[in-house]
Amino acid sequence: MLDSSFYTKTDEILSKYPAQERSLIPIIHEIQETYNYVPIELLPYIAKHIGITETKAYSVASFYERFSFEPKGKFIIRVCDGTACHVRQSLPVLERLRSELGLSDKKHTTDDMLFTVETVSCLGACSLAPALMVNEHVHPAMTPDKATELLKELREEASKS
Amino acid sequence: MGIMKIDGYPVEFTDEPNILSVIRKAGIDLPTLCYHSELSIYGACRLCNVEDDKGRMFASCSERPRDGMSIKTSTPRLVRYRRMLIELMLASHYRDCTTCVKSGDCVLQNIAHRLGVNSVPWGYRERRYEKDFSSPSIVRDPDKCILCGDCVRVCEGIQGINAIDFAHRGTDAMVIPAFNKHIAETNCVNCGQCRVVCPTGAISINTNIRPVWEALADPNVKVFAQVAPAVRVAAGQGFGGVRGENVMGKIVAALHRLGFDEVYDTTFGADMTILEESKEFLEVFKKGGPFPLLTSCCPAWVKFCETRWPEFVPNISTSYSPIQMLGSIAREYYADPAHNQGKKVLSVGIMPCTAKKAEILREDLKRDGKQNIDYVLTTQEMITMIKRAGIRFDDLEGEAADMPFGMGSGGGVIFGNSGGVMEAALRSLCEGSDRAEIENLRNSGVRGPGPLREFIFKYKGNEIKAAVVSGLAEADALLRRIKNGESFYHFVEVMACRRGCIMGGGQPAHGGFRTKEARKHGLYESDINTQIKKSNENPTALAIYDTLIKGREHELLHSHRH
Repeated sequence: MLDSSFYTKTDEILSKYPAQERSLIPIIHEIQETYNYVPIELLPYIAKHIGITETKAYSVASFYERFSFEPKGKFIIRVCDGTACHVRQSLPVLERLRSELGLSDKKHTTDDMLFTVETVSCLGACSLAPALMVNEHVHPAMTPDKATELLKELREEASKS
Repeated sequence: MGIMKIDGYPVEFTDEPNILSVIRKAGIDLPTLCYHSELSIYGACRLCNVEDDKGRMFASCSERPRDGMSIKTSTPRLVRYRRMLIELMLASHYRDCTTCVKSGDCVLQNIAHRLGVNSVPWGYRERRYEKDFSSPSIVRDPDKCILCGDCVRVCEGIQGINAIDFAHRGTDAMVIPAFNKHIAETNCVNCGQCRVVCPTGAISINTNIRPVWEALADPNVKVFAQVAPAVRVAAGQGFGGVRGENVMGKIVAALHRLGFDEVYDTTFGADMTILEESKEFLEVFKKGGPFPLLTSCCPAWVKFCETRWPEFVPNISTSYSPIQMLGSIAREYYADPAHNQGKKVLSVGIMPCTAKKAEILREDLKRDGKQNIDYVLTTQEMITMIKRAGIRFDDLEGEAADMPFGMGSGGGVIFGNSGGVMEAALRSLCEGSDRAEIENLRNSGVRGPGPLREFIFKYKGNEIKAAVVSGLAEADALLRRIKNGESFYHFVEVMACRRGCIMGGGQPAHGGFRTKEARKHGLYESDINTQIKKSNENPTALAIYDTLIKGREHELLHSHRH
């Protein structure tokens, strides 16, 4: 059961959009932005408000990679594995990140909720390959060592705040 | 309107919605996995692809016919393409075909045979998901799903339920209830229409064959069956018989041979339903409301009303559905040691319906905590049992159903058609046995095509406004109009399945337009051939009011829903 504050916040988000089927994706998007994930309990609530079935809401929300039902870390690292990044050795970068953080293709988020490591199909930054993003910031021409360095910086940043 | 060329032959078309229909009209049965004329067009399976004179390939289901068009339906390229599609589908399909419940009746399997797919070059898929046995009506086996979406579209588009839908994507894509819940935890109404359209074994009937068979073999158990009206016009299809032919005589004979001690006719129960429901209607009509009175025969509809329209639940007739009527009365009858001969009694319903499997478990239909019917077997399960026992159905000589519950009226037998309950109820209000009056009712609009029919019936100088609706999405829209005051009726019949029980979730699948029409006419013809037309003139039904019911109508014949 979610804390009532989640519903208050959701009401606030819902009030910004017309109560129609087409508002579903923008609403889930804003929920994702707010919490870094989509608390699954909110889907039936949203569905009811905009007049669709919870099955439809789940169908849409589960389709998009961008929406996650699992809470994500403070830093979401998206390693590009599109064609250009892949041929320029994005996998060793991914492997280094995962081994440093104890993550795998099943476990994406560290227990301290600091890091989430995912792959994306293409960031559209092929000239910077191999690239990755930390939250909204792009890091170009990555190597495994640069990845280790990046994690160190991010940890320091986290300890300061 | 126009003429197009199909494989070099000119074919005229009129209002066909797509090229596929024209091709099939021309006598070419293109394989499809996602096309059903009553569902929205999806274009996912691509098996109906054709080639035009410029060598372009497109799906014929989602293209309109145009005058002067020339298409080919099975060029070597198309044949190669179709075979490749099936190979890919089989590669991602959990292929335990020899032991699959759908084996022999599987559309995917049949098409693979037809197209000569003899091997699958991409390996074998292991089981990944658990089967879902949570529902008393259907079993879900997601490993068999080929993502054609037929079930999703029938559940959402025709039934307005949307209990299942696509989720996830790519190789993880599957059809599941929201949040991967069990189907029994959703708003599923158990109608089984998903199972009817499912081309594979991904959705099948939750079978009760085993316990029934065990009881049949037990000399200390007296097993009786009742056979619903719609079963008799569909069962023949399972044995390669004529579409829509009434094979009740052979069904009774086959069930006797399987070891059922008595075989009764649910038409008798239908007459009981009419006797009680028409009384109820007249009371409401005289009292001036609350309108409309809603029929109670269809359990999928009742569940739908309870979950979606709770405010209309008090309008649903409390009269038992036919199966419950017969079940309840037979229970009374067999309570007598002279009838049970000291044996345990097992009550089985042979139904066209998967939702009846859920209905018999309902608390409001139990008496003294005990179910009125022990098991429901669908038409399809009965066919399976007859085949398994090696009984040659075609060679059987027909037998009459057993007394005292083996006789029904013409009104009772048409219950299996959409509009049949309404017609039987209003027929019982007709004065005497005036043929002209019964004929007028027949032509009043109660019969006919389309999921919604509205008409007026004249009763003793008053007008009864009635509506007949089938398909729950249509019923949903109707209730909304009633609630908003846009429509008014005194009496509404609702059946969850389009065209009624003849197209129920437990019937033999793969019924096209001609099958649907044939089943409908089969029941109407059975009515014509029945001496007693009106439920309230069935002497065997009337007699039990004195012998068995003895003033306990409320206890024995009515639900305690409210």
